Amino acid sequence: MSLRIVVCVKYVPDATGDRHFAEDLTVDRDDVDGLLSELDEYAVEQALQIKEANDDAEITVLTVGPEDANDAIRKALSMGADKGVHVEDDDLHGTDAVGTSLVLAKAIEKTGYDLVVCGMASTDGTMGVLPAMLAERLGVPQVTLLSEVSVEDGTVKGRRDGDVATEQLEASLPAVVSVTDQSGEARYPSFKGIMAAKKKPVESLELDDLDIDADEVGLEGAWTKVEDATERPARTAGTIVKDEGEGAKQLAEFLAGQKFI
Amino acid sequence: MAEVLVYVDHVDGAVRKPTLELLTLARRIGDPVAVSLGNGAADTAAALAEHGAVKVLTADAPEFADYLVAPKVDALQAAYEAVSPAAVLLPSSAEGKEIGARLAVRIGSGIITDAVDLEAGDEGPVATQSVFAASYTTKSRVSKGTPVITVKPNSAAPEAAPAAGTVEALAVTVADASKGTKVVARTPRESTGRPDLTEAAIVVSGGRGVNGAENFPVIEALADSLGAAVGASRAAVDAGWYPHTNQVGQTGKSVSPQLYIAAGISGAIQHRAGMQTSKTIVAINKDEEAPIFDLVDYGVVGDLFDVVPALTDEVKARKG
Repeated sequence: MSLRIVVCVKYVPDATGDRHFAEDLTVDRDDVDGLLSELDEYAVEQALQIKEANDDAEITVLTVGPEDANDAIRKALSMGADKGVHVEDDDLHGTDAVGTSLVLAKAIEKTGYDLVVCGMASTDGTMGVLPAMLAERLGVPQVTLLSEVSVEDGTVKGRRDGDVATEQLEASLPAVVSVTDQSGEARYPSFKGIMAAKKKPVESLELDDLDIDADEVGLEGAWTKVEDATERPARTAGTIVKDEGEGAKQLAEFLAGQKFI
Repeated sequence: MAEVLVYVDHVDGAVRKPTLELLTLARRIGDPVAVSLGNGAADTAAALAEHGAVKVLTADAPEFADYLVAPKVDALQAAYEAVSPAAVLLPSSAEGKEIGARLAVRIGSGIITDAVDLEAGDEGPVATQSVFAASYTTKSRVSKGTPVITVKPNSAAPEAAPAAGTVEALAVTVADASKGTKVVARTPRESTGRPDLTEAAIVVSGGRGVNGAENFPVIEALADSLGAAVGASRAAVDAGWYPHTNQVGQTGKSVSPQLYIAAGISGAIQHRAGMQTSKTIVAINKDEEAPIFDLVDYGVVGDLFDVVPALTDEVKARKG
């Protein structure tokens, strides 16, 4: 039995860069380099491990984003994924989480899937809602925030480390999985992998291909609206002392003055 | 006045503090109606009424514990249909966000997560968020459907405002489709006796400078003297010195306590993303060039193994 795995990845602005908002209050992508969201690398890694443990599995990397987002797909392909799907359309500019989940769900259904693997959150929006939204839209189990995951005989099993308990989860495929950064270090693409990635197919889809109207997505169609974005004023310089034996005492004075002790 | 649904986070009937903060914020936009699910649901009523809940809708069924997330979405949807609220508020916990996400899709609404403040607006509630590692503050609102908003812990001080808190049983039918993910085993996290990291008023965190798991008791002792939670940077967690559940940062917990003390943490962007909204920030680090010093209200350039134990003694002495 073949196992069709779709990994959802996001092309995000580099968090170590100076990120800004554009005039329309969307993220200014011209201002800073983009890359495959680090948290999605864990998703690609787990998909590769699931493929390695299952005969006849195939991994499709899916992204929704501008032209440059192709870089995120290439990175995943060079790690070992088999093919890519890139949903790209000018009307997608400004799409929010609910809209993105709609586009991803339609693209996943069109591609065909037994297992969807996502990162726990994007490193830019950091909402962490997409995997649950996809499960809701696709009408399949959500097996999310896993630090360990395995797939065998049509069943996905995983460990979820929550705030109050650790849970062992189990669901039948098809299902949506999300994995945390505790699931295991992502592999580096090998030179061979990078060369092979250049030959792997990437399908390009537009909104029309997914039967989505332009007014269901984009800035105008968004379910949420950013009304104001203000750069946080730089913190006023604090007091900094050098410890020459009195550092702890001075700090205690400060904490007492602030009523913390 | 419009009603506002508040999803209750509790453990066997003990309401967690973020829910009391939600009730406080909910009162700015309407009359809070609390939704309390699972074991001990009805036991939450007194605390919820004390903090302004006009009504407490409760439901318990084995499905809430036996299956992941989806049955709770069914219940919240039932409450939504019974009340027709002006907004739905949930805590920004992992589960709170997932429940909110699914409800938003189901009822055709937008969702805002990780709000740090909430106020009434002409076109519905306006949420303040802190984004891009807290380098920007945004104000947003939901423009389609009934606003679903998750709020970060420590976003408001819980205020008592006694209300009726009438308990009503909520009729919930858990759909078969919501029983897809079985919880086959559950191991409660062992209590450290310390406050929960995301809820704590004071957090003391250790990083690379702690230099080994065997040295973390130095950090823990300071935390205990202050009644604080213990955090750790990603470097310390990746090195295996402290559990991931205590990681503060972009891929760990985001905290905004009254006081944050960073010991032996340089302050990489990843860490700053998780603590920059703390009200007062203190750092202790040997390296005076460490970027964390750009954020501090008070910084000590020095060896944490000299400063932290001495500070612990000072705190104990002053607290007598």
